[in-house]
Amino acid sequence: MGAIIQYVQSYLSSDKTPGAAGNMFWALVYIMLVFGGLSVAVIAMNWLERKILAHMQVRLGPMRVGPHGLLQPIADAIKLLLKEDIMPAEADGFVFWMAPLIVVLAAFTVFVVVPFGTTHAITDMNIGILFMLGVSSLSVLGIVMAGWASNSHYPLMGALRSSAQMVSYEVAMGLAVVSAILMTSLNATGTGTLSMIGIVQAQQAQHEWFIFKFFPLGLIAFFIFAVAMVAETNRAPFDLAEAESELTAGFHTEYSGFRWSLFFLAEYSAMIAVSSIAVTLWLGGWLRPFPNMLNGNPWDQIFSFVPGVTFLFFAAICFYNTVRMPKHPLFRIQTIGLAGFGAVLGLIGVILFVPAVSTRIQDIFWFSAKVAGFMYLYIWYRGTFPRYRFDQLMQMGWKVLLPLGLGVLILTASVALLQQKLWHP
Amino acid sequence: MESVLHITTLHYLVLGAALFLLGVIGVLTRRNVVIVLMSIELILNAVNLNLVAFSRLWGGVHGQVFAIFVITDAAAEAAVGLGILIAFFRNKETVNIDEVNLLKW
Amino acid sequence: MAPVATPFFFYLLAGIMLIGGILVITRKNPVHSALALIVTLLSQASIYLMLYAPFVAGVQIILYAGGIMVLFLFVIMLVSIERSMKERQLNSQWVAGIIAATALGGLFIAVYMKGTSILPDHALSVVEDNNTQEVAKLLYGQYMFAFEIASLLLLVAIIGAVVMAKKRI
Repeated sequence: MGAIIQYVQSYLSSDKTPGAAGNMFWALVYIMLVFGGLSVAVIAMNWLERKILAHMQVRLGPMRVGPHGLLQPIADAIKLLLKEDIMPAEADGFVFWMAPLIVVLAAFTVFVVVPFGTTHAITDMNIGILFMLGVSSLSVLGIVMAGWASNSHYPLMGALRSSAQMVSYEVAMGLAVVSAILMTSLNATGTGTLSMIGIVQAQQAQHEWFIFKFFPLGLIAFFIFAVAMVAETNRAPFDLAEAESELTAGFHTEYSGFRWSLFFLAEYSAMIAVSSIAVTLWLGGWLRPFPNMLNGNPWDQIFSFVPGVTFLFFAAICFYNTVRMPKHPLFRIQTIGLAGFGAVLGLIGVILFVPAVSTRIQDIFWFSAKVAGFMYLYIWYRGTFPRYRFDQLMQMGWKVLLPLGLGVLILTASVALLQQKLWHP
Repeated sequence: MESVLHITTLHYLVLGAALFLLGVIGVLTRRNVVIVLMSIELILNAVNLNLVAFSRLWGGVHGQVFAIFVITDAAAEAAVGLGILIAFFRNKETVNIDEVNLLKW
Repeated sequence: MAPVATPFFFYLLAGIMLIGGILVITRKNPVHSALALIVTLLSQASIYLMLYAPFVAGVQIILYAGGIMVLFLFVIMLVSIERSMKERQLNSQWVAGIIAATALGGLFIAVYMKGTSILPDHALSVVEDNNTQEVAKLLYGQYMFAFEIASLLLLVAIIGAVVMAKKRI
């Protein structure tokens, strides 16, 4: 018994990730936490997408199911679980069954190396970014299999278009990533790194987020990646392959119930994964804004209050809406529910003010806040941009983003070389 | 028992040889051109396994660099082979390798 | 990190690879063969990780499993005809093929049994941390010429594949 407690406690004072420290128990705990956090994030994304799109289109979105539609995702999940599981008659059974599995596996395995903090990653591979790009490219296989196994021409066309689009934009993504990795080698030791935690630490050591480095090269590389990642996850405005008006539903037309929800889960997880890559590579990962310029005692304290203030702000919004609820007896339960939700958020906010919690939570909060910003951008794109036609899409991937990526890479390498030679000979 | 549990380079070489053999059987006995091409990929992978195993044995990463070149080569060859297959299929509507006999005297 | 349970993982991955290989060469449906090949390639990437070659493992996943196999699946979907799956699957020279493969297998066994004695028993402990940097040093240093030739080869392959698959040249 004492040995188990010793084993559990031996990790707590370490400065490495559980994978690097070889501690299985804490690695499993982190895996559970990431999995749970991801599920909560997907559920929240479902609600947020419908509400934010609705407000952008000057309507209200789901308002009935819970207070302001807060229980809508749960109702959707129950509906999907209870639906009949249909398999087309001539479909290839094994491949039909495997396809959502592969897409979900590819989308979830990526989170093994995502760095939420200096030691808050499940593990830190020294080929972290390579692993993330490679495993996220395995989801193309699942999509091709889904389209093929449905034995019907709409899914087949959708799958072919979807996978062609994903493969094309992977090249542009790779080039943008390479030019960011190049910037990690501009530190004192002269060697770069592919590990995700190492990339953020390089940004910390060079006192500059890579999006601002060698202005405007970092910005253009970030822009290329931001466009390519939206195309990679088949989201608007690049969602021709699954748009309802074009191809019924693309490669997941014949999937119903739980299998469809697996595709849905994988799509949102992939969105969060590529946003994590963008945040880690260009936006400084878990670093708070101005970690080096505004350091020292008053600023550290002020920035450590931000997580608590954010949750208190959300709680205040909930309470404001509770007051504005209609004063009809039928709305009593909803009003109480909304007030309770606001109270929970307020409680979390108050807990985040406690210094013991706040020092541990800082990195995770800033990382999640940046990724949440990207999620809002995704929803904003969906509400704003018209859809690309498929040939326009492919043209942009190969004729615009690829040369731009190559140009940025060559320019970044030249400027880095000049900097090494002229300023630090 | 000791020699089975302690994994030496020989284990990897035997695994590579077994994969190579499976690939050779696939190339020589199957009729579908696409499966023949996939068996060629198996052969190339077996060779890569040998290269990387020896790179571990002798230290240095020369074997791994060569393995990367082999992977690049395999990609190029798969693309060209499948292009030929598509051109052939357009003419003859078959993927049967026994019917690739237009030049037979 | 020190390796954990190496024999168990080696035998598990070797078993998966061999079963995948057998499935590749024996399935009637080429899509099933392609899936078995993907499983083989992914377990090969894991074996590369066991051999302290993380960069090659990453390259294998990105290029082989995520690139070449997508190409294979596309072509299978374009040329797959139901009739070919119902016909005989062995080609007209399969007997000679089996005999040749058996001879090759015998040759392998003979070579390995004779050559076990010259292989050193230990494996040098290679540091895993700088694997990518070491590969890069060799790739852009000593093997720069081969690297350029490989990129030229890829260019030729791209042009060749595009020309051959076009309808009208």
